Amino acid sequence: MSSTMMMAGAAPARDARVARALSRRRRIFDRLVKGLCIVATVIGLMLLASILFTLFWRGFASLGLHVFTNITRPPGSHGGLLNAIVGSLIQTLLGTVIGAPIGLLVGTFLAEYASGSALGNAVRFVSDILLSAPSILIGLFVYTILVEPFGGFSGIAGCVALAVIVVPIVVRTTEDMLRLIPIALREAAVALGAPKWRMIVQVCYRAALDGIATGVLLAVARVAGETAPLLFTSLGNLNWSVSLSQPMASLPVTIYQYAGSAFDDWVDLAWAGALLITIGVLALNIVARVALRPRA
Amino acid sequence: MVQTLAPATRTGGRHGGVGDAIFAGTARGLGCFVLLLLSAIIVSLFIGGLPSFRAFGIGFLWDTTWDPVKQQFGAGVPVFGTLVTSILALLLAVPLAFGIAFYLTEIAPDWFRRPVGTAIELLAAVPSIIYGMWGFFVIVPIMGQYVMPALADTFADVPVLGTLFGGPPFGTGILTAALILAVMVIPFIAATMRDVFMTVPPVFKESAYGVGCTTWEVMRSIVIPYTRVSVMGGIMLGLGRALGETMAVTFVIGNADRIATSLFDPGNTIASIVALEFPESPAGSLKLSSLLALGFILFVISFIVLAISRLLLRPRSA
Amino acid sequence: MNDAAGRSSQIREAGSEIRQTPAMATMQARSSEALSEPRISIRGLDFFYGSNRALKGIDLDLPDCQVTGMIGPSGCGKSTLLRVLNRMYDLYPGQRAEGRVMMDGANVLDPGIDLNQLRSRIGMVFQKPTPFPMTIYDNIAFGVKLHERLSKSAMDERVEWSLTRAALWDEAKDRLGTSAMGLSGGQQQRLCIARTIAVRPEVILFDEPTSALDPISTLKIEELIDELKRDFTIAIVTHNMQQAARCADQVAFFYLGEMVEVGSATQMFTAPRQKRTQEYITGRFG
Repeated sequence: MSSTMMMAGAAPARDARVARALSRRRRIFDRLVKGLCIVATVIGLMLLASILFTLFWRGFASLGLHVFTNITRPPGSHGGLLNAIVGSLIQTLLGTVIGAPIGLLVGTFLAEYASGSALGNAVRFVSDILLSAPSILIGLFVYTILVEPFGGFSGIAGCVALAVIVVPIVVRTTEDMLRLIPIALREAAVALGAPKWRMIVQVCYRAALDGIATGVLLAVARVAGETAPLLFTSLGNLNWSVSLSQPMASLPVTIYQYAGSAFDDWVDLAWAGALLITIGVLALNIVARVALRPRA
Repeated sequence: MVQTLAPATRTGGRHGGVGDAIFAGTARGLGCFVLLLLSAIIVSLFIGGLPSFRAFGIGFLWDTTWDPVKQQFGAGVPVFGTLVTSILALLLAVPLAFGIAFYLTEIAPDWFRRPVGTAIELLAAVPSIIYGMWGFFVIVPIMGQYVMPALADTFADVPVLGTLFGGPPFGTGILTAALILAVMVIPFIAATMRDVFMTVPPVFKESAYGVGCTTWEVMRSIVIPYTRVSVMGGIMLGLGRALGETMAVTFVIGNADRIATSLFDPGNTIASIVALEFPESPAGSLKLSSLLALGFILFVISFIVLAISRLLLRPRSA
Repeated sequence: MNDAAGRSSQIREAGSEIRQTPAMATMQARSSEALSEPRISIRGLDFFYGSNRALKGIDLDLPDCQVTGMIGPSGCGKSTLLRVLNRMYDLYPGQRAEGRVMMDGANVLDPGIDLNQLRSRIGMVFQKPTPFPMTIYDNIAFGVKLHERLSKSAMDERVEWSLTRAALWDEAKDRLGTSAMGLSGGQQQRLCIARTIAVRPEVILFDEPTSALDPISTLKIEELIDELKRDFTIAIVTHNMQQAARCADQVAFFYLGEMVEVGSATQMFTAPRQKRTQEYITGRFG
């Protein structure tokens, strides 16, 4: 029995039964959706767990001192990854050394000199495109300018390819960090008679240092794992070489070559290398996000 | 210790002006350099691919031949593979990413949000070659032994889906590639969606809760409409990433030279064919030129997708 | 602080009787010092944000080694005027000033003026304390290094001198090498004052320097300003009329971009000539 009471002038009463039924259905649906979302998250976490677990299980099984002391050798000769590790370190480091200052200055340009101008908007747009552009195309590009004309693959071409990837990452973080600096701080420096460049270098960079460093670290983490651009530039080298004008080995490329091979010890080394890269990349990410968290 | 103020001697002067000019000039110059860089990439890919475009004409875009012996190349197979794997990957990834983002912003208990959020971000940071290896060594066997036969059995007699899920279950192929791509792209889209969902001012959500909406209803009627544009932008960004992904796909796609009829068939994406065929492409050859032409096509597609995504995500600079 | 409260309530009743208080006696004593020669002379100053005229025909003298207070409701141009004096508006395209701001026979608004030099002669302290992300020592040394080449010992002396004049030496002397961000709000503001006087300007502009501070820090800074005016010409913009009454020798009242009235502090607060001035001072609007 519905318990409506009709009084002249009163607002229409709610039918409690209908409301209850609707409410129950809505709650069930809500729980259903929430359940699906929990399932989605669980799937996501399980995927992460699977990747990390496989990596650590097969990687640690293959890790040994020989990985760090021997260079790459033909299958069955107890080779390691030394030249690949060193080559990756060199190319990552040099690529960052070339790319980060460029990114820093372009980010400064966008934040300090070109806030609303057409040139600034164009540069920002292009930088965003480059940020997400397929890295294989960067590799092809550097191939056409640094490998084909000079007749050979080289370590320096690899460094340049990585630098091109680093630049837009650093541009974005630098611009974002500089924009966060309060105007009052800039005006205080200018009010003392500082020319604009000193205000930027001595005050703004210092104030944004943590954020800019985070950006650089994240860029390093990104290029440390890049394979495709190196395939067309430094190619890889199965011998020991630290010469920038010769092909240079790198961890990702060596992993790529070894993992697809038919030789068990090479596949093992591929897993070891994959583990090393992942640990390095994750460590850099954690350092960047935790140790350099903006201090309140 | 109060001293009287001696007259100040100033040594400052015009040198501030020179410093300013140099610094500003360098910054501006490097800004222009970035513009030049993009142009150089487009131009070099185009020029590199020109011999191929000239040799095969506009038909290159959809020709499905890839014959190194007859020196006849076409972009049809890789372009088809790129589009199919990317779109399929997004179809798989977006609902999951949405679910994760919804969970992170509305459902998860506070203490749980940070670690799960960090886990998602770490997933996004893992290099693609790791995904490729994991896909090849872990997912491919599972696909070949369990998933593909099961799918084939289920849809065996269904008209369209039967062919789609037919063919020998090697474990590699378009479906597997799309799956690995989806796993790669999920954390990225989920993180973007989460960030976007958190921009909704709490007062909007509170007013909906205030009239008795359930969490899902608040999501559906307040959060999603409010963030619709940015969410689309984030999805487009994920698509842009998926289109150009090389390592995750190359291991598992199977390197075919004809259009796949079934999802289990091997295929090729632009990125994978360039990676796989490059070692056997001598400098100056038509084959290399075709690869560069493919690169140019990929760049054009990516550029369009990324430009759209940026338009959606950053309206203030549009 | 009770003095000020008492004084201000009595000022609000002004119009009929004015009761003599000890604080009033101080003010009257101060007003008996005539206003000195102008350090800066402003004539016919107009200021534009784009096409919007924010300052209209300002004529004002800033007397040497005395405090000029600028009062008036929000948005009436006080801070804008201050920022014209050290050409701070130059940072922003679309803002421009016309007229004459004469200092030592030269027009500050002249495009040929060396701005960095100008700002070493006219310093500014802002509303929000803005310590640089450096050590206390480096904060002070930053400005000095822009304009002078000092030996280490001379720089040490300068740092000590600045901090002493800013009444911060005792609190800071043992932590010169620590970050300035660790200081309290009031200390940070005094650091900003020390930083400004370290370059030994002739004029110091204060833009609502205590509005972000607690009452005790406010009092300390007002005492500081009183002390600093022995060597520096000071202009202070303030929302707080009582502060102007306490600190200023000359007071200028601004309303909607015009300077309505200017005179000695006593005269302005006890017998303003303009009706609008009296209305503002007695709290009819603001």
